[in-house]
Amino acid sequence: MADEVKLYGVDGSPYVCRVKIALNIKKIGNEYVVEDLSNKSADLLKYNPVHKKVPVLLHNGKPISESLVIVEYIDDAWKAAPILPRDAYEKAQARFWAKFIDGKCIPAIFMAIGSHGEEQAVAEAHEQLQFLENELNVKGKKFFGGDNINLVDIAATFIAYWVGAAEEALGIKLVTKDKFPKLIEWGGNYINCQAVKDGLPPREILVAFFKKRFGSA
Amino acid sequence: MAKESEIKLLGTIASSYVNRVQFALNLKSINYEYIEEDLANKSKLLFTSNPVYKRVPVLIHGDKSICESQVILEYLDDIQPDSHPLLPPAPLDRANCRFWASYIDTKFFPLYDEMRRTRRQAGKEAIKEQMIEATRLLEEALIKSSNGKAYFGGDEIGFLDVMLGSCIRWMKFIDDLNDFDTFDEVRVPELGKWAKNISSHEALKSATPDKETLDVFFAGANAHRPPYDD
Repeated sequence: MADEVKLYGVDGSPYVCRVKIALNIKKIGNEYVVEDLSNKSADLLKYNPVHKKVPVLLHNGKPISESLVIVEYIDDAWKAAPILPRDAYEKAQARFWAKFIDGKCIPAIFMAIGSHGEEQAVAEAHEQLQFLENELNVKGKKFFGGDNINLVDIAATFIAYWVGAAEEALGIKLVTKDKFPKLIEWGGNYINCQAVKDGLPPREILVAFFKKRFGSA
Repeated sequence: MAKESEIKLLGTIASSYVNRVQFALNLKSINYEYIEEDLANKSKLLFTSNPVYKRVPVLIHGDKSICESQVILEYLDDIQPDSHPLLPPAPLDRANCRFWASYIDTKFFPLYDEMRRTRRQAGKEAIKEQMIEATRLLEEALIKSSNGKAYFGGDEIGFLDVMLGSCIRWMKFIDDLNDFDTFDEVRVPELGKWAKNISSHEALKSATPDKETLDVFFAGANAHRPPYDD
C-alpha cells in the first residue's frame, strides 16, 4: 500500500521548511497543503488541536505536530538517508543542539530582529550564535552533521536563510563574516544542498514578510 | 550494564529535572555516582561539562557529557535499550511521547515558576486557568496513551510517566502556596490517580526531595529569579 503523506504549512515558516527538507532528504512524495493562518482550516484544527499551528504532517491519516518531533518521526519511519547519527552520544549531541537552536538561539535572534538591531539584543544573539560557531570550528566539517546534513543543520535553517532576508529587509547586520566566518560558510553550503534548495521559499517573500512585520513606518 | 564508576550525575536534589534523570536511572537499574552541585557556587566540572547552559542535570559517561534532561533520557534509552525502555518502539507512539514531552517542558511546567514569580492575585488566577487547561489536555492524553492501564506507557512506566512524574513534587509545593491542586481527582480523575500512583513508586520515591530541601530551593529561586515587580 502506498504511503499517503500530507504536509500542512505556510511558505514563510522556517518550521514548515524543516519538514519539507526532511521529506526531500528521504525522497518522500507528499501533498503540500497551504494554510491561511488568519482563517485556519478545519483539518488543521482537527489535526493539531493543542497548538493549532503549522507544520502538521499527516501520515496515512495520523497527524504529527511540532517541527522537530516531525523530523524525528520522519527519521524513525523512513530508514533510508538517516537524519540522526547512529551513535548514541552523537545522537544526544544532535538533539542537544537542535533544542538549543529552538530554545535559545532563535528567540535571541528574533529579539535582535524585532528591536531593529538594538545593541544589547544583538549582543545576546551573538552570544548564542557563538556556541554554534564554536561547534562548527571544533567539528571542522562542512555541516553540523559532518559531511552530510543532519538534524542540527535542518534545525538551523532559519539561521542560514531567514536571517539574511531579515537583515536585508531592515538594513541591519546580525551574522557577519568577520564575527561568524564558519556560520557564514556553513550557511552558503547548506542552502546549496539540493534537498534544502528544493524546500526553501523564494527570498522575496521573506524580505517582504520582515519588512511588513518589523519595518519602521 | 554500565559500570558503577562510568556514569556520574551532576545535580541538585531539589531539581525536578535532576529527579527526572534519577528516576530513569533507577528504573533502568543503572549504577551511577551522584555529585551534588551547589548552584550558588558552581563547580569547574559543571562549567566544563555544560558550557552552554551551566546548569544541572549533566550526565557524565566516561569522558562524555550529556546535558538537558530529555536528551539524557533518550540517551539512556539508546545505551540501555533492553533495560526498562522508556520510549515505545512504534514511530507514531514515539512522536506522541516527544510531542507531549515538549508540551510539558515548554508550556506546562514553566507555569509553576510563573506562579512563583507572580504576586498579584489576578495574575495568579490567570495562571491557574492555564494549569487547568494543561491538565485537561494531559488527562485526555493519559486516557488515550494508557489504553486503560496505569501509566502513560501502559502497563509499564514510560517516557511521559518519567517526564511528568518527576515534576509532581515541585508542582505540589507551588500548589500548596497558592490554594490550588494540579492533580485534583475531581477535576482530572485519571491524572489524579496516576499522580498518586507514580509518586509512591520506589524508583521515583527515592528521587524525590523532602519539604526542607524544597524550602531552601524555593528561597534560592526567589533570590536568583525574583518575583516580578507589580
